[in-house]
Amino acid sequence: MSIKKREYTDWLLKKVFKATGFITIALLAGIFLMLLYNSIAFFADIKPIDFFTGSQWNPESGKGKYGIAPLLVSTGLVTLGAMLIAVPLGIFTAAYLSELAHPKVKAILKPVIEMLAAIPSVAIGFLGIVLVGPGIAKIFGIANGLNAFNGSVLLAVMALPTIITISEDAINAVPLSHREASLAIGANKWQTIFKVTLPAALPGLIAAVMLGLGRALGETMTVLMATGNAAVMPSGFLDAVRTITATIAIEMGEVPYQTTHYFALFAIAVILFLITLIINLLGEYFANRLRKFHA
Amino acid sequence: MIKKIKYGFNWILLLGSTLLVCLVLGVILWDIFSKGISSVSWNFISQFPTNGMTKGGILPAIIGTLLLTFITTIFAVPFGVACAIYLNEYARPSALTNIIRASIRNLAGIPSIIYGLFGLALFVQALNLGTSVLSAGLTLGLLSLPYIITTTEEALKRIPNSMREATLALGATQFETIKDVVLPKALPGILTGVILTMSRAAGETAPILFTGVAFYINGISASPNQEFMALPYHLYMLSTQHQAIEQVRPLAYGTAAVLILLVFILNIVAFYIRFKHRTQN
Repeated sequence: MSIKKREYTDWLLKKVFKATGFITIALLAGIFLMLLYNSIAFFADIKPIDFFTGSQWNPESGKGKYGIAPLLVSTGLVTLGAMLIAVPLGIFTAAYLSELAHPKVKAILKPVIEMLAAIPSVAIGFLGIVLVGPGIAKIFGIANGLNAFNGSVLLAVMALPTIITISEDAINAVPLSHREASLAIGANKWQTIFKVTLPAALPGLIAAVMLGLGRALGETMTVLMATGNAAVMPSGFLDAVRTITATIAIEMGEVPYQTTHYFALFAIAVILFLITLIINLLGEYFANRLRKFHA
Repeated sequence: MIKKIKYGFNWILLLGSTLLVCLVLGVILWDIFSKGISSVSWNFISQFPTNGMTKGGILPAIIGTLLLTFITTIFAVPFGVACAIYLNEYARPSALTNIIRASIRNLAGIPSIIYGLFGLALFVQALNLGTSVLSAGLTLGLLSLPYIITTTEEALKRIPNSMREATLALGATQFETIKDVVLPKALPGILTGVILTMSRAAGETAPILFTGVAFYINGISASPNQEFMALPYHLYMLSTQHQAIEQVRPLAYGTAAVLILLVFILNIVAFYIRFKHRTQN
């Protein structure tokens, strides 16, 4: 091949590679604009104030009630429960893996966590129906175990691998000199872990929690299958709830295209999109702080 | 004495958490495989469902999932690898590069159901592909994109710069360096990422709900513009929407076992490639 031809190929492919970089920006912007565009049609029919403050979600009733509050509270409740379970469990496991576990034990535990991460969400949801649900019904003496608590347990399982992996990276990133200094002035192993290493890794641990939270908030199939799907304001963990994701999954399959109800599902998707975006940006902020701190 | 108890408690806290995580995986696998394995037989994976889904096998769901995963991979891998090449080989630190990287991280955090809505609006409606395995595959392709970019970039980063410099010094152009030296060297790492992406795509349900999955189809066709059955959706329908839920429970367990087995096989293959590559170097 002549030099000219080779140089032309080089120049052309450089442009092609660069174009694919722009695709990612276009995709993120495209998703947001698509959601926004379809929501505008919704807000032409329904006043934003009714959407944000309305306490009922009942699109099937006469004029249709589109209050997002019960869905938001449901989502928040299930996710909060999941985090209460997954955060301590995940960080303690990460601390064990990074500070105490023998390398051979670690070599077994790492694949265990990867396997847990690989299990499809629909399989976890299935276990919510056949295993966790009946268990909850028995323990609390209620007729039906498909409720917010069930969803929290399952989402905790799904968020755990994310929280463990990123927390472990954060703890590993704490320089060895911190631990050595602590041990040298007479602190023992436990004081070093809880008072030096974990606090030094804190921004990374927060980043891990944020990413786990984002994962739990956006999860659809497990909550759709295991939380009972009642679109009413819940009063506790043993009530059936319906998250934003589950609402989209249930109702999008049934509504006719281009109706107020159809556009309403895009409107709640915008809210979900913005919540997860903020949580991801917060996670990124804390991850960057950790990087600067140790640089 | 009190200190000893306190430290013992710390041990239990950390070790106990770890054991609990292992126990969770153990319970999941034990429950699904102990109850599912009796349903899994050659007939189960080679026959069509019969008698309103209460008998027969899951062949069309297996084929649908394989076809879907294939379309996803064909679409996502070239774009993802190209984007990773741009980021690792060409891009200089700049505001634009930062925006691209931030977009990728945020794309990875978008809930899968929102990808489903986007696929519905873009592929099914705007591009008029209808509810089909093609629309669903493209939707999953978009979902997989950030994942492939990240894993490919990791693989490219591990190639030492001296190799690139040596090739360039011999007079190769930058593209020739990438094509003949960097990519072949990074191939095992890229392949690992691709297989893990396939395993994730095979298990996804939410993005295909409105883009083409069907509860039942009565024939197998490789045509990409038709609706399809998929293992995860089949499991969802059998366990929540079927009119005889208790009766089809064994079939649901069998489907879950096959789905998890498929995902694990892909993971083990990826694991093996990574392991072999590491020991070679």
